[in-house]
Amino acid sequence: MSTQGGDWQMREPRSDEGARDIAARSGGWVRSGERRKAPRAGGADGSRELSMVPPADFTSYYGRPVLKPPAWKDDVAFYIFLGGLAAGSSLLGAGADLTGRPSLRRAGRLGALGSLALGASFLIRDLGRPERLINMLRVVKPTSPMNLGAWILTAFGPGVAVAAASELMPPRLRRTLAGRALAGLGRPAGLASAAIAPAVASYTAALISQTAVPAWHEAHPELPFIFTGSSAASAGGLGMLVATPADAGPARLLALYGALVELAASESVQRRLGLVAEAFTSGEAGANLQRARWLTIGGVLGGTLLGRRSRLAAVASGAALLAGGFYQRLGLFRAGVASTADPKYTIVPQRARLERRDTTPSA
Amino acid sequence: MTAQQIRPGPLQDVTAEAGFAAHPPRMGFFTDTSVCIGCKACEVACKEWNLIPDDGFNLLGMSFDNTGQLGANSWRHVAFIEQQRPVRREPVDGTELRWLMASDVCKHCTHAGCLDVCPTGALFRTEFGTVVVQQDICNGCGYCVSACPFGVIERREEDGRAWKCTMCYDRLHDGLEPACAKACPTDSIQFGPLDELRERAADRVDQLRSSGVPEARLYGEDPGDGVGGDGAFFLLLDEPEVYGLPPDPVAPTRDLARIYGFAAAAAGALLAAAVSVFAGGRRR
Repeated sequence: MSTQGGDWQMREPRSDEGARDIAARSGGWVRSGERRKAPRAGGADGSRELSMVPPADFTSYYGRPVLKPPAWKDDVAFYIFLGGLAAGSSLLGAGADLTGRPSLRRAGRLGALGSLALGASFLIRDLGRPERLINMLRVVKPTSPMNLGAWILTAFGPGVAVAAASELMPPRLRRTLAGRALAGLGRPAGLASAAIAPAVASYTAALISQTAVPAWHEAHPELPFIFTGSSAASAGGLGMLVATPADAGPARLLALYGALVELAASESVQRRLGLVAEAFTSGEAGANLQRARWLTIGGVLGGTLLGRRSRLAAVASGAALLAGGFYQRLGLFRAGVASTADPKYTIVPQRARLERRDTTPSA
Repeated sequence: MTAQQIRPGPLQDVTAEAGFAAHPPRMGFFTDTSVCIGCKACEVACKEWNLIPDDGFNLLGMSFDNTGQLGANSWRHVAFIEQQRPVRREPVDGTELRWLMASDVCKHCTHAGCLDVCPTGALFRTEFGTVVVQQDICNGCGYCVSACPFGVIERREEDGRAWKCTMCYDRLHDGLEPACAKACPTDSIQFGPLDELRERAADRVDQLRSSGVPEARLYGEDPGDGVGGDGAFFLLLDEPEVYGLPPDPVAPTRDLARIYGFAAAAAGALLAAAVSVFAGGRRR
């Protein structure tokens, strides 16, 4: 590629040679001296209601978006939910294994494998060239959270699979040499995957934050906490749903911690982001996130207060938490998509940034 | 991959930074929109040379623009803006119609968001300092599409891979200038070593301002901007957003360290929470 090196030369004269001599006049008008007012990104202090109407002096090219909409379909939101669920479940499975809670261990290990396999299939389906999936692993590239994510999943998957296999082994095989080896590997494999699980839950936030998509990029401080919080809440929900109430104590507690972090971080996004917060509160995304909030609050209250005593309450709360986690990711995903569709989310904050820079004397 | 690559701001030699020891000068485009006549020869030449499929035959109702925007199948896009502007000219004051025409293209950023996030290494920096997709590597993950602050690169749906301007990498290899610059009849699209183009552009903007066009300004020429300066920059006659360009684009990678920091903190919190819920030890 660099064979031409520094010796590279043009073979033809450039057709614009001497272009500096062009003295074309580009119009006879003179600006009439009016100056457009600076658009304002409202609600920087978070305290006042945001206007649904973009500033009157906001201009765009025929109202067209500046950015491309994400190439990703809702599949990616499904993956983010399922990957997070797999991460939380793997943590619960490993903890239950160490503390002697067999039904929770089983729920965690099998839940992790099932959601990871399903999630990965959504992810692969969303590639333009799924047969080239393996190209994700031809480089190690720290500037690409997706590349790091591919490596994280590569490290996470085998442990999850072995732990689940040891759980699923029929008793007859358990007595064979291979069966005993696999059963013995269950715990270390589960612990190894649990060690990587937190990264599985949070890298997806770094992935979507590291884009030009206004809603995702601006929310980069909160997104990882919403994602890991929601992972904990949904995995806790799965534990409540499947494990015996006596075993599910840690699941209920994890769901409570996760839900608190998730709700607090979501609140912060909507208060802090000014104009861009509108993408999270309006339209389909807003409806999804609202639903996520109530499902999570309901699920965590039901699970914490009644989950120990009532199997029915535990099942209903667990299901509500799972649904809440699902709508949370779907809503966040769609908020990003919506923020690329309207040029105001790109232009107004950038214009405001420029105005601030212009009024701040440079050092 | 050095730390400098992800830091915003000027980068003296982006090509050497990418690992080329001996390399030609960084090549670029200077698109002087003040002399664009909206002939779309650049769009046509680009399509012809690069064998780009059609992007639909639409009437968009946007002046003479029926291309709409840059995309997988449009690597040059001529914008048409009709403005009714007040004029003060003897003998009468009034308004007059002004045409703005501008040929947009991939900016070949110094800090290229698309290149930074590409998980396969399909996007790479060429020896000319340009940014090109290797189509035999791209697996169509779509990450670059969302990482571009200009909305340039796009996945071609029937093909599954991401496509954008290559600055005619094949032609540059053979010592030829890109097809669009070759075809431009008014030298609105100028191609050459970026340093030379920047000087030429500074002269041109001075010339325009002194001859009664005070709104002439350069866009993307500043190595101190959010993408470290564009390899393809523009002379505009109005605010960038009028042409559909972002007024203050930033490569998303600028916040890489912060983003990873928050993600690591959240991961740590999850691990701590998981340990603490089991801290009671064995089930009683």
